[in-house]
Amino acid sequence: MTDYVTYPTGAPVCDTKAPSGPVHERWDKRRFEAKLVNPANRRKHTVIVVGTGLAGGSAGATLAEQGYHVVQFCYQDSPRRAHSIAAQGGINAAKNYRNDGDSVHRLFYDTVKGGDFRARESNVHRLAQISVEIIDQCVAQGVPFAREYGGLLDTRSFGGVQVSRTFYARGQTGQQLLLGAYQALSRQIAAGGVELHPRTEMLDLIVVDGRARGIVARDLVTGAVSTYFADAVVLASGGYGNVFHLSTNAMNSNATAVWRAHRRGAYFANPCFTQIHPTCIPRTGDHQSKLTLMSESLRNDGRIWVPRAKGDTRPPHEIPEDERDYYLERIYPSFGNLVPRDIASRAAKNVCDEGRGVGPGGQGVYLDFADAIRRMGRAAVEAKYGNLFDMYQRITDEDPYRVPMRIYPAVHYTMGGLWVDYDLQTTVPGLFAIGEANFSDHGANRLGASALMQGLADGYFVLPATLNDYLARNPRLDPVDDEHPVVQEALAETEDRLHLLLSVDGDRTPDSFHREVGELMWEFCGMARTEAGLRKALERIPQIRAEFWRRIKVPGTGEEFNQSLEKANRIVDYLELAELMCLDALHRAESCGGHFREESQTPDGEAARRDEEFSYAAAWEFTGTGQAPVLHKEDLVFEYVHPTQRSYA
Amino acid sequence: MALATRTDRRPSLARTVWDSSVGKKAVMAVSGIVMLLYLVVHMIGNLKIFFGPGEFDHYAHWLRTLGEPFMHYEWTLWLIRVVLVAAVVAHAVSAYQLSRRDLRARPSKYVHKKARASYATRTMRWGGVILGLFIVWHLLDLTTGTVHSGGFQEGHPYQNVVDTFSTWYGNVVYLVAMLALGLHVRHGFFSAAQTLGAGSRTRNRALRAVADVLALLLTAGFVAVPVGVMTGVVS
Amino acid sequence: MKLTLRVWRQKNADADGAMSTYEVDGVSPDMSFLEMLDTLNEELILKGEDPVAFDHDCREGICGACSLVINGDAHGPERTTTCQLHMRSFRDGDTLDIEPWRASAFPVIKDLVVDRSAFDRIIQAGGYITAPTGSAPEAHATPVPKPDADLAFEHAECIGCGACVAACPNGAAMLFTSAKVNHLNVLPQGAPERETRVLDMVAQMDEEGFGGCTLAGECATACPKGIPLTSITSMNKEWLRATRKVAKR
Repeated sequence: MTDYVTYPTGAPVCDTKAPSGPVHERWDKRRFEAKLVNPANRRKHTVIVVGTGLAGGSAGATLAEQGYHVVQFCYQDSPRRAHSIAAQGGINAAKNYRNDGDSVHRLFYDTVKGGDFRARESNVHRLAQISVEIIDQCVAQGVPFAREYGGLLDTRSFGGVQVSRTFYARGQTGQQLLLGAYQALSRQIAAGGVELHPRTEMLDLIVVDGRARGIVARDLVTGAVSTYFADAVVLASGGYGNVFHLSTNAMNSNATAVWRAHRRGAYFANPCFTQIHPTCIPRTGDHQSKLTLMSESLRNDGRIWVPRAKGDTRPPHEIPEDERDYYLERIYPSFGNLVPRDIASRAAKNVCDEGRGVGPGGQGVYLDFADAIRRMGRAAVEAKYGNLFDMYQRITDEDPYRVPMRIYPAVHYTMGGLWVDYDLQTTVPGLFAIGEANFSDHGANRLGASALMQGLADGYFVLPATLNDYLARNPRLDPVDDEHPVVQEALAETEDRLHLLLSVDGDRTPDSFHREVGELMWEFCGMARTEAGLRKALERIPQIRAEFWRRIKVPGTGEEFNQSLEKANRIVDYLELAELMCLDALHRAESCGGHFREESQTPDGEAARRDEEFSYAAAWEFTGTGQAPVLHKEDLVFEYVHPTQRSYA
Repeated sequence: MALATRTDRRPSLARTVWDSSVGKKAVMAVSGIVMLLYLVVHMIGNLKIFFGPGEFDHYAHWLRTLGEPFMHYEWTLWLIRVVLVAAVVAHAVSAYQLSRRDLRARPSKYVHKKARASYATRTMRWGGVILGLFIVWHLLDLTTGTVHSGGFQEGHPYQNVVDTFSTWYGNVVYLVAMLALGLHVRHGFFSAAQTLGAGSRTRNRALRAVADVLALLLTAGFVAVPVGVMTGVVS
Repeated sequence: MKLTLRVWRQKNADADGAMSTYEVDGVSPDMSFLEMLDTLNEELILKGEDPVAFDHDCREGICGACSLVINGDAHGPERTTTCQLHMRSFRDGDTLDIEPWRASAFPVIKDLVVDRSAFDRIIQAGGYITAPTGSAPEAHATPVPKPDADLAFEHAECIGCGACVAACPNGAAMLFTSAKVNHLNVLPQGAPERETRVLDMVAQMDEEGFGGCTLAGECATACPKGIPLTSITSMNKEWLRATRKVAKR
């Protein structure tokens, strides 16, 4: 462990593709400077895309439309099931349809500030510019956004910003946007531009002569492990929130694609930046397999409270008003229940740690609509939140019109990911990362309704432009096949790993290890982190890893549909990624956005950023399992939005 | 890049309709409605039996002279028969082919069985078979007289009908068939409306009501004749 | 709660399947149905037996992966997805029959997992609007009347789980197909491909070996997203309209 935490600092990592000049001209400049591939030559290029969510689906469809031969993978049975589908709230775009003072610059400003000044200005500005085109594209595809009676698009305000720039389709915006991308992808599959491999999971990256040239993947139905080759590889495999075992991610979302790429040379940036969403339904017991998010909009009318006294087990209606603590309203009188996600989450954790949490296990706080129902009437509350209340009732069997809801924070999104340059290319040439899989646009905290925007911006607009440049500059790469020693080695490593998992035949299930590492991460690398806690976690993780390889039990064989094997193999990677996350959290001795170090707070308990020391993105280079990675810093420069300390008191 | 994802060359209208499950359902719907219209007329004509042999036999004769002098004797009747045979054949062949497809689509049954669709829905296939067999018997009985119970007399339908319903099996066959007809029409009419795209959220209540009323009236109207014979009202 | 489960076990697509019986104890009413199966699987793994394979992913009722027939009902007794079904819907001592979707167009892969790629091929046949990236006009160029937008949304809610096929006595995919046809054909953006869309999607649906509609209505009853049966009627209308239009060309 001591070896692992004494990491060396290597040469700074530079974004060599970032254009200079005025921020609003950079994307145009980069696009003009990018070389193009002759349309007739495009079909000679094969591009592998891993993942079919908003980023992967839109990228696959667009690249095939341009004429490239796309080979695409998803572990699900259909591209339509990628977890982007679960996003509820909406998608931001600087359309200024409301004439409320919104602009590309304001969206840019809000996003940089919301990210607590840990994102690149160039990238974020490009995102804001493209946001406008995304809405046009999605409407043309038939995405049924909410509309006004005049037939024009409706918007709402979201995530505490002062303008109404969030486009939505009831509570299912992610679903509708994903189906739009899926349909565009389906059209290309029918046209032969995309060769789709569903139920196929990427297990390794093939790097030949320093370039990404293919992947090793396992057919989840037959169990066959095989190789696929291409001129470039695009990872759109999502975030790594499932390291925490319980999160709002899909059960099978995993970090294997990005982690295997990291092991093959791609730097991993800001792994400790995770977003914890304050309004999730609390767990009910040890059987809990995942957590469900409730829209943040509930905090607009609900009041959050816990009993004033510790261990008060009376039902909520028996607790008189003067024995309740509306702690957010008390601590943050001006913002009250509407403080940003990270602050609301941390406050909930604090009151529960004090022993004042409610519900089973004391891991919950009340979100009470009694006042709202008195003020607005039940019908108005029902009109506004009816579907959410129904969802809550279905899961908890409690009627939120009569009994206060119970909520608790849960891991929701990971801002960190593979380090990419302005072209979304990782440190391995020919390997690109898009969507949640990269680290690029949200800094230390993501604003609501921005994930969908980034996924689609990357897939529809950014990657297709920048990938062109890479392929134009590398028109004729040497052919690669299974005989190549590098390929043989990658295949053998994968097969050995799977074989080992099957042969240990221990006495613990994959899930028990997932739970153990997840609980450890939640405790020490969750909402509030301390040096002591992180050191403890860094001590524990290698022990769990060792135990894993001694005691894991995976039934069945590798030559069949084997969900236990899939899971165990993903846990292998969580057990390494968790370590890096803790190290990153330990090294960043400041608080910023979703990363709160208890040692670094203002006198009134707020996150204190330390810009002089930490105004950089931390990109980690892999050196071996359990061996100290090398830190490469990318300095962040703020020319347009000047860092200020957040205050919500 | 413009990609023609599907060929623009399409088969003929008839081919498209007959090859498609949706098209074949439309054939069933249209042929079913043709038969239904005929049945309404047939049922009303039957009720003339309550006005005595003179009235009824005269009506039967008039059917053969329909359309004269433009049409020759029995031409119109034969025209109707041809249309009806075509409708029956189209209906039956479509039904057979669609049923084959449906059964192939669900080769293994659920271990845990549960039937919930309405009785009328579930009995469409067997009901259809019963009606088909009934039509054969009905024609052999009262049109050609081949299997008629008494002495079949050409041109004296009143007496023929009374003969038929004077036997127990004549009544049983007829009553079972008419109940099957009611159920068949009840689901069939509503189903045909949906197949032809005539249904909608606001219109479906009315369509269901029409289906119920049609089914009830047809069954009651047809059943009235054997009941009349059995009770002696018609003799 | 203590339950008896009778689960369809089938080693692979070619093997014969049969029901196997398992007892599960200590089931909490707050568990989701899939969490109850998780606990069974944990026990099976420790006993060295093959755990029950079933499809699942988001576990919040939107991805459409989960697909169990419980006591003859697709997604079980409540109108929701299997993942959102909780054990409080059952009683202590109940015997539950758990089977996969059954349709020849959905062959079993293993145990309760079926291959639903036929649905993807139906979408590939025409369930899209041709709108290449970058070619889109300004979003407000074409206003869409709110009732049309709402109707399109109502059909677009389909999660592609296949419960309609599983519940249909004919294994028909009419409700799935009609949901997508209506979603896109209602919108002005979908109008240019209105005829080819419905003709091609229905043709593909037939080719996949799904049955036809006999208006049993089971699909709409089983649909966790409440796609209405009238959706099928609208598609029939679109199809007949399209055959006439295309014949005239």
